[in-house]
Amino acid sequence: MRKSWRILVVDDEEVMRVSLAAWLSEDGYEVSTASSGREAIAMCAEKEYAMYFVDLKMPMGIDGIETMMEIRRLRPDAAVIIITAYATVDTAITAMKEGAQEYIVKPCNPEEISLLVSRIIKVKNLQRENLILRKKLARQYTFADMVSKNSRMQEVFALVRDVADLRSTVLIQGESGTGKELVARAIHSRGSRASRPFVPVSCAALPETLLESELFGYEKGSFTGANERKKGRFELADGGTLFLDEIGDIPSKVQVELLRALQERRFFRVGGTEEVEVDVRVIAATNRDLRQAVQQGTFRDDLFYRLNVITITLPPLRERREDIPLLAREFIDRLAIEVGKEVDDISEGALKLLLDHTWPGNVRELENAIERAIVTTRSHVLLAEDLAFLAREGGQRAGWTPPTDLTLDEVEKEVILATLRRTGGNVKEAATILDIDRSTLYDRLRRYGVPR
Amino acid sequence: MTEGSRATPPEPVVCVATAGVVAADVMRAVEQAIAQRLGVAVARRPRLVDPAETWDPVRGQYSSIAMMRSALAAVPPAVARLLLVTEVDIFVPVLSFVFGHAQLDGPVAIMATARLRQSFYGLPVDGELEMMRARIEALHEVGHTFGLTHCHDRECAMSLATTVEHVDRKLDDYCTGCAALVGEALARLREPGETVAGLRGQT
Repeated sequence: MRKSWRILVVDDEEVMRVSLAAWLSEDGYEVSTASSGREAIAMCAEKEYAMYFVDLKMPMGIDGIETMMEIRRLRPDAAVIIITAYATVDTAITAMKEGAQEYIVKPCNPEEISLLVSRIIKVKNLQRENLILRKKLARQYTFADMVSKNSRMQEVFALVRDVADLRSTVLIQGESGTGKELVARAIHSRGSRASRPFVPVSCAALPETLLESELFGYEKGSFTGANERKKGRFELADGGTLFLDEIGDIPSKVQVELLRALQERRFFRVGGTEEVEVDVRVIAATNRDLRQAVQQGTFRDDLFYRLNVITITLPPLRERREDIPLLAREFIDRLAIEVGKEVDDISEGALKLLLDHTWPGNVRELENAIERAIVTTRSHVLLAEDLAFLAREGGQRAGWTPPTDLTLDEVEKEVILATLRRTGGNVKEAATILDIDRSTLYDRLRRYGVPR
Repeated sequence: MTEGSRATPPEPVVCVATAGVVAADVMRAVEQAIAQRLGVAVARRPRLVDPAETWDPVRGQYSSIAMMRSALAAVPPAVARLLLVTEVDIFVPVLSFVFGHAQLDGPVAIMATARLRQSFYGLPVDGELEMMRARIEALHEVGHTFGLTHCHDRECAMSLATTVEHVDRKLDDYCTGCAALVGEALARLREPGETVAGLRGQT
């Protein structure tokens, strides 16, 4: 038996509604009915239907076109067929303009309606197949909770596989939100230490003294409040992996102790006199340029060389834009369940917005944006309007430092030229981005002597 | 039957009734097809519904919905399914015509022979062909009352026909899958403890 598709018949006339529903039920569809536009919209919000037959003329409440528009807003992929006994070219054009897939005049020939339904179902089947293929493809690009078809990321995945079984220290570099901890966890979980603990420490989150006792533990009475001996993260990770996140931020005193612990695999607890020996693999991560920090004298060179045995560099999201659709859909699949909302896809318009964004916060920012959109959307497909906050917040670029050695005129000229470069010289688009009139933009170009 | 009774129910009976005058050869063809293919007893009830009451002057056709309502109100006792046969041209409001109309998994079905006749299309009478069409249409509509939906097998009586050419592609029998489903539905009716008739659709 075929997979049963759901159809909603919307008509205020009971006899019409019931007869169409009966006809479609005989064809094996799961048919529901609604006697008003409002009821139809409520049902549409509740459940997804493959197609909607909507009577154009419903005198009470909202009419067929409005009902259709609301259905299309809630379910952009829905096929809406407008039914009318009042066939005029005008209403047909309006219905089609507003997104009706088909338009039928009642009474219609059974063959016509049967062909129409099977044509739409054929498209729906193709869409369903497409979705399944896309998911299969996504699985192909998935590696230990990371999704990418970018060649640099594929090299990262290969490197992770290669180094997983080694004991060597790994240094993961990449901007915030690029997935450094995911890579560290992937190395751990694919190696021989997988059954042993993975212990993460965020070095930047702790002040010097706390970091020291956090890493190496302390002896009873070593400082006020040290009422009993406590194991540090190095000891807790014995046999497993210690992940030192934001290693570039550790104070110089701890750098010395860390270097010793890495070299000797032995250390003293704070206030301790007895050496503790551990078998720990260290994976460190940083969003800073450690080589530069070494040159500036804020990071010990010997520690840098000790850490920099195997380096994995993660590209920022703006350099792997091809992954944005894959990642967005992956996040939708996961977060819709977590948030508890029935959202299962993203529109082309919304994807374009994501592709145009610069993502200073990288994959983490994308994940947060998708979650925010899922929470606020009223549709089952994320629309451009659900991600409009990206455009609003686009101006507040993280990590962008305004120049302090330019005049206001010079800043304005630079901004205008940069925007024009981005729009490929399109003045209209540049004016829209800059939120000024085209004439004002031409005026500025003249003022700054920029040739048109 | 009282509630809780476990007595073996009588063998299911399909009642074939007419709405208005229907040619005797058509009725015989319909009854034979049902008896042969479903293996059930067939009872006849002439003129159960008066089609004149279902005439729609705006459409110039007979309302299948009105006919269905009348049939439901007149289902004879102790029948499993009722097939109402009429010679008139019937319609449901959204469609220009229908060959038949059935309650899916319900007690009543209607079949109309008007458009199964060659004369409807200005062609000479072909008795054999028309009787074959009547047999196919009867099995199709009765099949719906046993819960069968349209079948992908174009030769199966349960495949969808929206033109008489489609009807002619079909055989006067169910495909193996549909026959099995009808068999299961009949077996459920024969189970002790079931109420007679599957008249659960009736109010």
